[in-house]
Amino acid sequence: MSATDLERAAVRAVEAAVAAGADDAEAWAEHAVEREVRVYDGAVESLTDAAGNGVGIRSFSDGRWGYAYGTDLSEAGLSSLAGAAAAAARIADPDEHAGLPDETGAADAGALASPVLADWDTAQKVELAIEVERAARAREGVSQVEEALYADAAQEIAIANSRGFAASYESTIAYAWASAFAGEGSDLMTGLGVGMARDPSGLDPESIGAEAAQRAIDLVGARQPEGRRCPVVLDTFVAASFAGFIGGMLSADAVQRGRSLFAGRVGDEVAGQPFVLVDDGLHPEGPSSAPFDGEGSPRRRTALIEGARLLTFLYDARTARKDDRGTTGNAGRGSYRVPPSVSTTNLVLEAGPETLDDLVRRAGDGLYVATVAGLHSGVNPVSGTFSVGATGRLIENGELTTPVREITIASDLVTMLRAVQAVGGPGRWVPFGGSVRSAPVLIAEMQVSGA
Amino acid sequence: MTLVEPELAARVLERALAHGGDFGEVYAEDRYGFALGLDDSKIERPQTGSERGAAVRVVNGDATYFGHVDGLAGDDLVRVAESVAQAVRAGDARRPAALAAARAEVVHAIRERPEEIDVARKAAVLRECDDRARGEGGEVAQVMASYAENRRVVEIFNSDGLAAGDDRTRVRLGVQVVARRDGRVETGHETLGGHVGFEILERDPAAVAERAARKALVALDAVDAPSGRMPIVVGNAFGGVLLHEAVGHGLEADAVQKRASVYAGRLGDALAEAFVTAYDDGRRTNEWGSDGIDDEGTPTQRTTIIEDGRLVSYLYDLLRARKDGVASTGNGRRESFRHLPVPRMTNTFFAAGSQTRDELIAGVDRGLYAVSFGGGQVEPATGDFVFGVSEAYLIEGGAITSPVRGATLIGNGVEALAAVDGIADDLRIATGFCGKAGQRVAAGVGQPHVRLRALTVGGTAA
Repeated sequence: MSATDLERAAVRAVEAAVAAGADDAEAWAEHAVEREVRVYDGAVESLTDAAGNGVGIRSFSDGRWGYAYGTDLSEAGLSSLAGAAAAAARIADPDEHAGLPDETGAADAGALASPVLADWDTAQKVELAIEVERAARAREGVSQVEEALYADAAQEIAIANSRGFAASYESTIAYAWASAFAGEGSDLMTGLGVGMARDPSGLDPESIGAEAAQRAIDLVGARQPEGRRCPVVLDTFVAASFAGFIGGMLSADAVQRGRSLFAGRVGDEVAGQPFVLVDDGLHPEGPSSAPFDGEGSPRRRTALIEGARLLTFLYDARTARKDDRGTTGNAGRGSYRVPPSVSTTNLVLEAGPETLDDLVRRAGDGLYVATVAGLHSGVNPVSGTFSVGATGRLIENGELTTPVREITIASDLVTMLRAVQAVGGPGRWVPFGGSVRSAPVLIAEMQVSGA
Repeated sequence: MTLVEPELAARVLERALAHGGDFGEVYAEDRYGFALGLDDSKIERPQTGSERGAAVRVVNGDATYFGHVDGLAGDDLVRVAESVAQAVRAGDARRPAALAAARAEVVHAIRERPEEIDVARKAAVLRECDDRARGEGGEVAQVMASYAENRRVVEIFNSDGLAAGDDRTRVRLGVQVVARRDGRVETGHETLGGHVGFEILERDPAAVAERAARKALVALDAVDAPSGRMPIVVGNAFGGVLLHEAVGHGLEADAVQKRASVYAGRLGDALAEAFVTAYDDGRRTNEWGSDGIDDEGTPTQRTTIIEDGRLVSYLYDLLRARKDGVASTGNGRRESFRHLPVPRMTNTFFAAGSQTRDELIAGVDRGLYAVSFGGGQVEPATGDFVFGVSEAYLIEGGAITSPVRGATLIGNGVEALAAVDGIADDLRIATGFCGKAGQRVAAGVGQPHVRLRALTVGGTAA
């Protein structure tokens, strides 16, 4: 199916919804071809080949809206979905702010689909995954590579609405990761290596495997240290998880519903000067870049925290109307199975000139946090207080030393952000916290609990 | 309804095994779901979905070849089978065994089919939850409630001649309450659900909202959690997430076989005191994590995982069972036709003991009563875990005293299991969702109250 065929299907879905009685309607359609290779011990463990398509219809009527989705794009299938969406709308209470966006259009997001993906056959992809695994196993100290994976997807997305807007685009993504173990028994530690690009030629299997190995090896022999208050350096992966969480809290929907610690704080000083966070829906390298958002508004770049201050929240059409302003093009769409809701696109934590080693040297004596666990259960979204499990290494005299585990780091998000002394580099796209261009972060002081 | 006629299934299997393979399977599914939310006293986001699709799997040695497609058109299924077979290249075609028709049985009785209940009644349940929660006190600031129902009809055929089906219905109600006092904000959460019909919501569903509201209100008085090692009494029902995460995942045979589990090679070992027994039970009547068969067609069963303190079984799907020369324990589960089955828990819980909750608490001089968790994470390879405690109280002098907030439990599954020193008689199972390998499935987590001799609490108190 081509993107224009899909666009036609979306237009037909809208027509069906209007015929079923909708005042206004919107259809979001997807078609994807996916390939996934998992390898273990130098051989294919599983090979998945899949194709799928689906459509979701939003039906607006008398200030109410309902949603229906399905996989049947035939006339009969679309008409049955349109009926289901209209029936769903009748159950909802009226929402004066709901409705199609006032601003629709497609921005220039650059080339999102790489033609190179089609040039790679399955055997080459299997070989890439095996190379990732081999690179991890090759490192001395690695006791096991639990999983090495390569996956890609080529997808077409189309949207249409009853005010005559219709658009579509194609995109591709390829990624690989490995999970390596180092040590044995109760000393066993794990490490992840990842890479993502628009096609497999942008992935370096050697560095992905080596990263998984190094992260595991660095933690072998970890023990629970004494608790302390000290400077903390967050690894790039960990900083991404925090950035993703903060991005979620900057959704205008979370704010308007009273579920964000940032409510009422636009203009306030919420972070250290070096902490600059941007939502960039059009970033040329961004895995989540697209010309339009989940309801057809053009995507754009929105600075969230800059110059120490909170500049804005992220909006879709509904939350924008409620705040009497314009959308920021942040109606997210997990898939056609869910109606649009406010979400981040690509978060960019602006990288600084210093390396991780520089940050560690500046920390002097403190803690380097390599992984955190339980971020989403450990943070109170309204108060921002958190306490999360972590592993990492002690920093002594400006050097990484003893590995540590079974520790928690505790603070509240704004206190932590304001204590940011430096963001290092290089910036790097990672699949943690959504789609984030992340970098290591130095925090002046945090509470670390251990034994 | 019939999804795939046996003649078509046979043809698809034959094509799938055209280039050889030890095992071939066709999995077909019809999914329907309906969900409704309430926020700010308004019914919102009503949504309904219908999907149909099928998956073809061929196993050859240690390698699995898999493909899936939306829709159940015969031509599409054959095409997927051919594409999967292309990747296999094991050798000569293998003839699958003859197939009977698959019948999707209803194993867990559904008294009131949710899709036949008027949507107005579903909305009314949510409004009743809103009213009840707000009635608990003026400090209740927000109430969010959600209702969800789904039905999955599955049919499975394999090259060993299996033809099986299952007709599954689940209903779940969830309520989250936010309470506010001055600058303080706390939340409380409760759910009710099962592999069951709408009848589960007939008797006072709003009691769920009342419990959620009370949790949020009590938390307003919470003091900062202490830090350090101390005895812990873990609550029943959702407290079982500790067993699920810190022990259960490590017993899933895929992790065990890759030596990615601390429990590998430990069958028969005494890992807990002799009074400790635990089960994974996918057969438990109308329970949230129950099914009639698993997603490979193996009938669900009760598997004893820990018996009198000894580790006695891992949890198997067909693939891993064959490798260990044992029978599947009926734990081959998948989120949908778009996913490969992997060993997954169903309902996992400690068997009831003989003590009461109050007796367990009375035995603690200074400790923590962790009633419920906000979630958790475990590294199965090491057994290390971290759990955010969403509701907790201090235990002082053998009695429950102040509520505390911000506590996390940090430890290791093997150590925690060995530290169990008391089990109460009040088994309850709660409705969890378990994520693994990018797949989310319904999993019952539960236990009676359980006491641990000592565990590290990461607190927020200075």
